[in-house]
Amino acid sequence: MRWKTTEYAGWGRALRATGDLARPERVTALAALMGESPAPAIGNCRSYGDACLNSGGKAVQMLRLDRIKGFDPTSGIVTVEAGMQLGELARIFAPQGWLPAVMPGTGFATVGGAIAHDVHGKNHHGVGSFGQHVRALTLIGPDGQTTRITPDHPLFRATVGGLGQTGVIVSAELQMLKCKGDVIVVTERRIEGWDEFLGHLDASDASYTVGWIDATAQGDALGRGILEEAETGSGLVTAPGRAKSVPFDAPGFALAPAVVRAFNAAYFRRVPQKGRTVVKPIQEFFFPLDRIRNWNRLYGREGFHQFQCVVPVDQAPALRAMLERIAGSGLASPLAVLKRMGPGRAGMMSFPMEGYTLAVDFPNRARAVRMIADLESDTLAAGGRIYLAKDSLAKGASLRAMYPEQRDWAELVNATDPDGALATDMIRRLDLRTV
Amino acid sequence: MAVKKGEVWILLGATSAMARAMARQLAERGDALILTGRDMDDMAATAADCEIRGAHDARVVAFDARDPETFQPIIDLLDERIVNAAVFVGSMPDQGDIDSDPSLVDGTVMDSFTGPARFLQQLAPEIEARGAGVVVGVGSVAGDRGRLGNYVYGAAKAGFHTYLSGLRNRLTRAGGHVVTVKPGFIDTAMTWGIEGMFLVAPPEKVAADILKAADRRRDVIYTPFFWRYIMAIIRAIPERVFKKMSI
Repeated sequence: MRWKTTEYAGWGRALRATGDLARPERVTALAALMGESPAPAIGNCRSYGDACLNSGGKAVQMLRLDRIKGFDPTSGIVTVEAGMQLGELARIFAPQGWLPAVMPGTGFATVGGAIAHDVHGKNHHGVGSFGQHVRALTLIGPDGQTTRITPDHPLFRATVGGLGQTGVIVSAELQMLKCKGDVIVVTERRIEGWDEFLGHLDASDASYTVGWIDATAQGDALGRGILEEAETGSGLVTAPGRAKSVPFDAPGFALAPAVVRAFNAAYFRRVPQKGRTVVKPIQEFFFPLDRIRNWNRLYGREGFHQFQCVVPVDQAPALRAMLERIAGSGLASPLAVLKRMGPGRAGMMSFPMEGYTLAVDFPNRARAVRMIADLESDTLAAGGRIYLAKDSLAKGASLRAMYPEQRDWAELVNATDPDGALATDMIRRLDLRTV
Repeated sequence: MAVKKGEVWILLGATSAMARAMARQLAERGDALILTGRDMDDMAATAADCEIRGAHDARVVAFDARDPETFQPIIDLLDERIVNAAVFVGSMPDQGDIDSDPSLVDGTVMDSFTGPARFLQQLAPEIEARGAGVVVGVGSVAGDRGRLGNYVYGAAKAGFHTYLSGLRNRLTRAGGHVVTVKPGFIDTAMTWGIEGMFLVAPPEKVAADILKAADRRRDVIYTPFFWRYIMAIIRAIPERVFKKMSI
């Protein structure tokens, strides 16, 4: 297997790595490579920070192993190679009445990455996390051995949400969810403030619920936004047009505070006062930003950070205080999401907990970095946790304190990969394998 | 799944990234596939993938360009449906390795030229009998001019180009057609990590170009298209200058 020395980055582009990448096109090539020089797998690098980076080391890029190996139309169980992208899976199966049970905010995420981060979606309150729908997975360990891992296997909970530290996921058997078709019926409502937002999120019984939040609004308008509740449907809607690209890194003023405030106000008023119901292709609801390829370039060459935390239900006031801090800073970008999470999680290092999760993007500037450090302390104090798929800034000690099973996980992982061949930049930055 | 064409496509060398991309695109339009090559497990995965994506059916058969015994069983699978074939096989050992071990010449020529040519000789009567069918031969820009870096591979591909030209002459009068495809640098395992690659095209793009060329009965295509101009320039360099260059 030839290695290619490449500079690559997480989706936030604030953290970068230079290292050797292999990109096997066949499972036999992957197995041979793992026997010779084991390396962590990476997918489509849609995690924001350094979970997908291995500076100065090797990594196995999995995008070319992306086939559907089997599908049972009665049970809805599909077997796919780990490089399969979730948007592609949805595109193929939604017309046949099935959807991946859990879809994160981008369809460019791979199945392997979705397992390694135990991702959640707009239906987490109802169906839980991605890993809860994994019936089995095939793993090539750092010893080159191939193992089929089912949920009762000791390595299952270390692999799901396990940041690639137990081996390379080759393929997985996923239980999909029945859907009515490839369109979605979305009801959008304006929400005028924080308390009203939480009330609506708590009361929502829709299959898919998510809140866009105007993270620049302050005072009485703090926490205003748009609530989206959706159900799948069937019918004929205009197919999405071709995706557009951001052709170059945007200049710094593109996301200046005044621009963001004006954009957010307009975006808020886009939905009529009484709300509305719209029917659209599923991908426009699940993956709204995928229409603009490379949208991360809007933040310029310096990149950006996404802060995402979850806090327990009774800590909602602490989350409100965090939003106040964000709104007061004037640093937020238009991309901010508030969601109610259920308790569902499948791995020892999984992010979800019953509570509220807030995700906000910030341009990579010194002031934002300092504020994210404050938000990290707030999260820890509230008994919450930070999402490793998004993180690029957290400190190891507080991060490890947020994950109660981290030590047990590290023990298992260190026993599986004693030479640390699968460690990544994130593992080293946060000392995640320290027992 | 709607069967738009319901034709059969034989893909020789179905484990290559280009063949896999083309198989998927054929599957989505409902064609039937016969995937051939050496890595049976890998092709089984591609076949399953294609059937779920809408292929009428997808079968896997062994094919080894160096073993003519494997050729007839593929022909024997054909029924009365129109049959098309696309040849993706070929091998490009490092020229330095060939220079130190001249016996590598034989395998390179067999993989890239004589093996597929012999197979196509056996297939040609089937196309003539049906009065229809397209053969796609994937050659290479390397076949347009012999150069220091890969002249044995280039020579094999040049031979294949000439063969395809003759086969086109033969099948055209029977209602068939032959497309010669000359890819430039394509983003596959063959080119991954090799120094000096530029303007590398994704295999999906190449597969789409090939299908369009087959539908429109184009004779010779370069893919991506701009390689036509790059190669026109390279071919125009006088030999007395070219022999001293290393490009």
